[in-house]
Amino acid sequence: MPLSAQPAGSAEPDVLAASLDNARHLSSLLRAVHFQDHATCFATANGLRVTVEDAKCIQANAFIQAEIFQEYAVQEESVTFRINLSVLLDCLTIFGTSSVPGTSTALRMCYRGYGYPLMLLLEEGGVVTVCKINTQEPDELLDFDFCSTKVVNKIILQSEGLREAFAELDMTSEVLQITMSPDKPYFRLSTFGNAGSAHLDYPRDSDLMEAFHCSQTQTNRYKISLLKPSTKALALSCKVSIRTDAQGFLSLQYMIRNEDGQICFVEYYCCPDEDITEAEL
Amino acid sequence: LQSFLGVFRSLPSLEKTVGKCLILLKPRANRLVVQLHCKYGVTKTHNLAFQECELLQAVYDTQRCASSLCAPARVLAEAVVHFPQTLAEVTLGAGPGGKISLRNYMEDEAAPSKSVVTELRLAEDEFQTVAVSPGSRITFCLKEFRGLLTFAEASNLPLTIHYDEPGRPVVFTLEDTVLEVHLVLATLSDPKSDLQPPTANGVSHLPAPSDDFADDLESYMIAMESSAYEDGPSGAPPSPTFPLRTPRPAESDPEEEEEEGAVPGTPPHKKFRSLFFGSVLTPGGPSPAPTQEVLAEDSDGEN
Repeated sequence: MPLSAQPAGSAEPDVLAASLDNARHLSSLLRAVHFQDHATCFATANGLRVTVEDAKCIQANAFIQAEIFQEYAVQEESVTFRINLSVLLDCLTIFGTSSVPGTSTALRMCYRGYGYPLMLLLEEGGVVTVCKINTQEPDELLDFDFCSTKVVNKIILQSEGLREAFAELDMTSEVLQITMSPDKPYFRLSTFGNAGSAHLDYPRDSDLMEAFHCSQTQTNRYKISLLKPSTKALALSCKVSIRTDAQGFLSLQYMIRNEDGQICFVEYYCCPDEDITEAEL
Repeated sequence: LQSFLGVFRSLPSLEKTVGKCLILLKPRANRLVVQLHCKYGVTKTHNLAFQECELLQAVYDTQRCASSLCAPARVLAEAVVHFPQTLAEVTLGAGPGGKISLRNYMEDEAAPSKSVVTELRLAEDEFQTVAVSPGSRITFCLKEFRGLLTFAEASNLPLTIHYDEPGRPVVFTLEDTVLEVHLVLATLSDPKSDLQPPTANGVSHLPAPSDDFADDLESYMIAMESSAYEDGPSGAPPSPTFPLRTPRPAESDPEEEEEEGAVPGTPPHKKFRSLFFGSVLTPGGPSPAPTQEVLAEDSDGEN
């Protein structure tokens, strides 16, 4: 049931207006990138992108394409604002976070433009809540310049195989080392913690391996504290693609199926840990 | 041990995914390698650092213990459930009428009338075998006993308890086709000694071995080893009043190998410790010996 947020007689339409029957389609994706308080929202005719960054080393993007929404309209070519993601999530889940089948929170989101707050109307079981969240100047975002032509190694794995590994990563290790190679060990995740080192090897012919395109042996280390939040995205996803480029930049792309079976994407980009980057062993 | 346990942290997922586990030792690299071969061809390799350490040999003989009991672990586990989690020691005794009792052990400083005493009596027929000296009783640490019971219950094995006099170690054993477990715990010695006359109400006010005990003992043992004699614990200790063999209060054993546990002997009284270490006693413990030497006066002492 669309909720109208337009005051009668108002001249300008909202720069961004969208409706969603089930707010969880948005909130669950946003949670997968929620490792900092603030996020930058970027809306185009294609859909909504929410970006979170940390330490100038890691960037996570949640994509909610226009087709996911019941109504979606953007009046300008692109609309950008910075917003407190913790507050946004609290509002989207204001009726509670338990997912009882049959009940869902309906959402209408409106943004009148630069300087205006983001307005959320949420309804569940006849109860309506209106939230206005202040928006801020968008930050300059990192551009990892990661395009498919620059990819050196690429693997697509079923998330099931990685979930437990990421959840149990030895956090006493400062880095997560990722080795990708056309030869053994093919794909290896390593940690170097207080108790000793641990290596997790995935052979190229494993049932979990959906695609294996490694042309060069690469070993890169990434700060484990930066990558750990990606576990949330991994938990939601059914497949993950892992790509590295010549400089050792890492791209993790997660394919997430929502409750209605629609597909959304979350991606994480990470810089390698400066001291140790080897292009070839 | 913790790093080794960390490898097997998540039991439910291990059961679902791991096919076989390979354990090998690389002494030159000081690494213990645990390799788990999991579903989908995935291999998890843990290289755990280890240090060589001296092994303590336990000297005990279950055949020479005067009393022994054997019961399904479940019976004993259900019995200890009645004691509070914070209880340190428990007294096991062979009571009148052939009943086996478990009672919480109290340090004497709490007025007996104000503390809760819990006693549980088990009939002989709850046990598979009972061969006890009538009136015998021993006091040992409950925490380690609980730990062993958890394992015994999970493996559904009967537990045998071998004990002798108070002060002599108690040995808990479990046996199976693939493993044998011996847990050796020290027990509190009899209150009837020269240094500790029993109190009027008959409750033993022997202070129980505390957690500091192991640390103090370790420093003592280091001091022992670096002093006059070279033979180690079997040599003559410097003081004639100190027991010949120094015990450790408890030592839990890893599964799947015959354990080597503590050197049995009498746990020294806390009063003893103060003589030799000048350590701080727990409140309510016996007062320091009059011969204690003051090595450094405190700065706000009177002149």
